[in-house]
Amino acid sequence: MNTLPRVTTETATPHRHPGHIPGEPILRVQHLGVAYEGGTALEDVSFELITGERMAVVGPNGAGKSTLFKVIAGLIKPGTGTVSVFGAEPSGHICISYLPQHNHVDWNFPATVSDVVMMGRTGKIGFLRWASAEDRRIVNHALPTVGLGAFSQRQISQLSGGQQQRMFIARALAQEADLMLMDEPATGLDTPSQEELFTVLDSLRGEKVTVMFALHDLKLAASNFDRVILLNHRLVGIGKPENVFTKEHLNAAYGDRIQVLEADHEIAMVDDTCCGEEE
Amino acid sequence: MDWLLTPLQYPFMVRGMLAAVIVGVVCAVLGTYVVLRGMAFFGDALAHAVLPGVAVGYLIGGGARGPVFWWAMFTALLSAFGIGAVSRSARLKEDTAIGIIFAGMFAFGVALISMVRNYTADLTHFLFGDVLGVSNSDLVLTAAFGLLILLVILAFYKEFLVVSFDPTLAATLRLPIRWLDYLLIALIAMSIVVSLQTVGVTLMVAMLITPAAAASLLTRKLSRMMLIAALIAVFSGITGLYLSYYLNLASGSAIVLTCTAVFAVTWGVTNLTRRSHSVRSAANL
Repeated sequence: MNTLPRVTTETATPHRHPGHIPGEPILRVQHLGVAYEGGTALEDVSFELITGERMAVVGPNGAGKSTLFKVIAGLIKPGTGTVSVFGAEPSGHICISYLPQHNHVDWNFPATVSDVVMMGRTGKIGFLRWASAEDRRIVNHALPTVGLGAFSQRQISQLSGGQQQRMFIARALAQEADLMLMDEPATGLDTPSQEELFTVLDSLRGEKVTVMFALHDLKLAASNFDRVILLNHRLVGIGKPENVFTKEHLNAAYGDRIQVLEADHEIAMVDDTCCGEEE
Repeated sequence: MDWLLTPLQYPFMVRGMLAAVIVGVVCAVLGTYVVLRGMAFFGDALAHAVLPGVAVGYLIGGGARGPVFWWAMFTALLSAFGIGAVSRSARLKEDTAIGIIFAGMFAFGVALISMVRNYTADLTHFLFGDVLGVSNSDLVLTAAFGLLILLVILAFYKEFLVVSFDPTLAATLRLPIRWLDYLLIALIAMSIVVSLQTVGVTLMVAMLITPAAAASLLTRKLSRMMLIAALIAVFSGITGLYLSYYLNLASGSAIVLTCTAVFAVTWGVTNLTRRSHSVRSAANL
């Protein structure tokens, strides 16, 4: 069957979905610009993702992080420039999972954890069809992967904040997402829950899932991600955390909202305005 | 046992009960989505907005049921999509758009009725229902549309579930959200027309939301919520008609009052058990 030439290098795409052009990167953003009524959200942003990497996106409140995620998820159109996922427009793909910053989900909705994870299969199952044994197997596999194996029949209102986020990761796994976009899922979680979240994301490396993760905590970004993007409407810096989190870059991104102290190659940020709810 | 069988000697009681059961099941199942998506006001408004269609159908058909049914259907669909269009384009909040269209349409219906006073008595039946006046052909139309509604809900069960629970997920799964929303609205419009004769436009919303709301207190699973809501509706439809027979009450209001009583009991019992649960868990701390 396998007559198509397949790339088997590190950057090989998982090819789990139709419509993926072989050899194209999982995500390519070129000169992306998005304008709002009030001004500019994004301006001339260009970068690429490598399959399987963990990319953190940091920047001050209102830097355009959420807008960037929405464009990549295919929920809003780019004003200028292009965004392509496996060589095609994002809005044609069902391989992108997107967890918005403010998830207005009704936690009293009559659904169990397993029900919600099964929702990720909806696109794969297709219209006028019901979940098959294979779909149930995928859901039953996704739950223990995120540490919720014992919670499958639990009503969703009974989950803690960290468990809610991990349930959404399981749903993304059930969706067979190649690209997971997570907009500040760690905000509001206590430290043990954050650590569990990063452990789960780390365990997904074997599945070639690529993760883009917005967060405010530079320390967490530096210690849990392969590369980071520093964003303030424009791309201030991209690369390994130690190369991006420099005094010049941080000053450029945050301006006078913070004070950057540099001593012996250690950077300390004082008076960060971060971590509040963006609204 | 006699008191149970006596009313069933009358064919109109049997037809009424069948109609009440069909309408009850259809509205309860569909009403689950109405409750979960917070569309109660929309459902109520849509039911009221159907009145001018009923009046026009009545005038054109000279009292025949057929034209009333189809004109009501046309008006329901038109108002449903009208509300959607106004709230999207006019920079108004949705409930404001609903209120404007609902009151306007209802007033238009009342105006039409007032022009032909001798029809008032019959049209009252459409306001408050006349389930005992259901004819065989009414029953066939009710059953046909009821079945259609249930089949569509069954066919798009998982899509409606995703769109209701998490529209963002629905968008990234590239589901046709707009189309599914219109479909649900069309189903609500159809269910209203089907229920016109049973409970009438003013009490319609109770059939949509009360059994589903009671069921939502009893279960945390959507499919089970639909089943329990349907059972409550069937029980209320039959009990309501017996009450109507023996106490000489208006049939529509008897059915709705039974629904309300079931909800009140459910709410009371679940509240009491929840309180005793929390007292117990507090004692365990």
